[in-house]
Amino acid sequence: MASQGSIPGTIMLDGPMATKGYPLNKMCYSFNNASARDEFRTDEEAYYEKFKLTEEQKQAMRQRDVIGMLEAGGSIYYLAKFAGILGLNVQDVGGLQTGMTTDEFKAFLVKQGEV
Amino acid sequence: MAKIIGGVTTSHIPAIANAMANGLEETPYWKPFFDGYPPVRDWLNEQKPDVIILFYNDHGLEFFIDKKPTFAMGVADEYYNSDEGWGIPTIPPVTGESELSWHIANSLVEDGFDMTICQEMKVDHGLTVPLNLMWPGHNYGHVKVIPVCINCEQHPMPQPKRTLALGQAIGRAVESFDDDLKVVVFGTGGMSHQLDGERAGFINRAFDIECLDKLVSDPESLTKYSNYDLVELGGAQAVELNMLIAMRGALLGEVTELHRNYHAPISNTGSGLMLLENK
Amino acid sequence: MANLLGGIATSHIPAIGVAMDKGLEETPYWKDFFDAYPPVRDWLYTQEPDIAIIFYNDHGLEFFHDRKPTFAIGASELYENADEGWGIAEIPPVTGETELSWHIVNHLIEHDFDITVCQEMKVDHGLTVPLTLMWPGHKYGHIKVIPVAINCERHPMPKPSRCYAFGKAIGDAVRSFSGDQKVVVMGTGGLSHQLDGQRAGYINKPFDLYCMDKIVNEPELLTQFTNYELVEKAGAQGVELNMWLAMRGALENEGSLKELHRSYHLPISNTGAGLQLLATNNAR
Repeated sequence: MASQGSIPGTIMLDGPMATKGYPLNKMCYSFNNASARDEFRTDEEAYYEKFKLTEEQKQAMRQRDVIGMLEAGGSIYYLAKFAGILGLNVQDVGGLQTGMTTDEFKAFLVKQGEV
Repeated sequence: MAKIIGGVTTSHIPAIANAMANGLEETPYWKPFFDGYPPVRDWLNEQKPDVIILFYNDHGLEFFIDKKPTFAMGVADEYYNSDEGWGIPTIPPVTGESELSWHIANSLVEDGFDMTICQEMKVDHGLTVPLNLMWPGHNYGHVKVIPVCINCEQHPMPQPKRTLALGQAIGRAVESFDDDLKVVVFGTGGMSHQLDGERAGFINRAFDIECLDKLVSDPESLTKYSNYDLVELGGAQAVELNMLIAMRGALLGEVTELHRNYHAPISNTGSGLMLLENK
Repeated sequence: MANLLGGIATSHIPAIGVAMDKGLEETPYWKDFFDAYPPVRDWLYTQEPDIAIIFYNDHGLEFFHDRKPTFAIGASELYENADEGWGIAEIPPVTGETELSWHIVNHLIEHDFDITVCQEMKVDHGLTVPLTLMWPGHKYGHIKVIPVAINCERHPMPKPSRCYAFGKAIGDAVRSFSGDQKVVVMGTGGLSHQLDGQRAGYINKPFDLYCMDKIVNEPELLTQFTNYELVEKAGAQGVELNMWLAMRGALENEGSLKELHRSYHLPISNTGAGLQLLATNNAR
């Protein structure tokens, strides 16, 4: 399965991507625990180090760059747990990835029902 | 193209690790066992395989019965050994290999094998004892290992016909990999033994020898056994024969036996060392 | 022998759980979605199933990439939900059972399905949202649940045809069980949606309607897709159709099916939400 690109706007989370993404996904998996979420909030940089994120992953995290996180091997299911820390839902995250406001993104969803 | 150049069967019992850690190889108890190994080591040193695909069973280090896979395989670049609770020394990390591993994983799932795929896993004596037997002094860091773990602990376990099919599918996957890699397959564990119950200590030498013969010439014939048959004929832990069968499945070419050493007892088991060339 | 009464396919998105917690069922956004459920609830109430086999996917509560099974099945007396990290309320424990579960496990291994068997597992919204939808107010404690998790997160994933065959083997196992339990199967998740990437928000209504149409009597038209094609046609998470196909597979050897309910509504959160009820001749 191609890692990247033959379906536009879609990154397949396959073996090579999951290998690259492992530290980032492992960190986000830890966010199932409230104490881990608190530890992250207290010192994000230290928390990146704890899970040995790559520089690419740290940069994407620092900039809250969702596409960057996906390109660094992030899995949306674990990234969603990070979005939870920021108080973002999947429409907010949808907007961030598509360059829309949350309201524009919601309208885009509705429009697809009109076919 | 990657190529499987051969297969090895070997015991993986923890007592071997203790014997090596304590330098007992030349004592009367151990000598006939360890004397079997130099020809296999020499062959490996001559052939210089890049990758070892190692069939073993986890004995409760990585997997517990909360989530027990039938077939698990590693796709990591490194694997760690760890304290197993009863005093065999922890050994240095094992080098992994993720590209061929993922290629095999993709191919297996496509072929209808429902693998549990592990990006991080601890490997126990089932894997580390064979490595240390082949490269004593923990000199195995240069060889890349792909761990394939088969449930031999809790019934229901995969049947011999299924483990042979798994081995065959892995053989096909390796041969469809583009890079020029030399691969050797290890089937570890067995042979006849029973640790538990009033029947503890049961060993069936004749059955073991027959299995080694069949592994060379007619592996399909071993798939007539159910796991129940294996327990009856070889003892409760003789289901570990499934790892040897999976190894043999991966050898899809013309197979020649280059070496064999059967010795019993080692600890409570019949120990079968065999080297097969695959052309 | 145990009897399969039928199959239910339903969305399992977490926003539904949140909406129910907050009592939003009658608000304009949610009303059409929730209005579809009473007929299915009534059917369950009338049929009184003992056991529900639920196909779902774990979203990173129980399973992580360190050990990710293709197919996992529970064999436990009880399953706990837990904190999933983004604030959906935890729900009371789910009742399990072990006899039929182990019978299914044995049957699956005998028929060359290489499952991971779980004597303890946490179940996430993929399983708990459908339960809460069918028995609101968390009144599901009387029904025994057998959770069956299918990898829909990381490639390689089991092919649609494999998921269908997997469901079929589970259906055969149920029929060969000596008890007289009444069993329903549930396929959860879907339908089209994509959460990640620049294509986030993608929904394909015509394809969803096609799937709901074909799954009744021509499931083979759906099992011929590859997962790549499902991603292309239904979005990155559209592969959750595999749970519907496993549910339908379980009914494969039941003879003719009656479609008692079908509804489709979009968007619910980022998805096309389908609800469907297929009854066998064992149903009253």
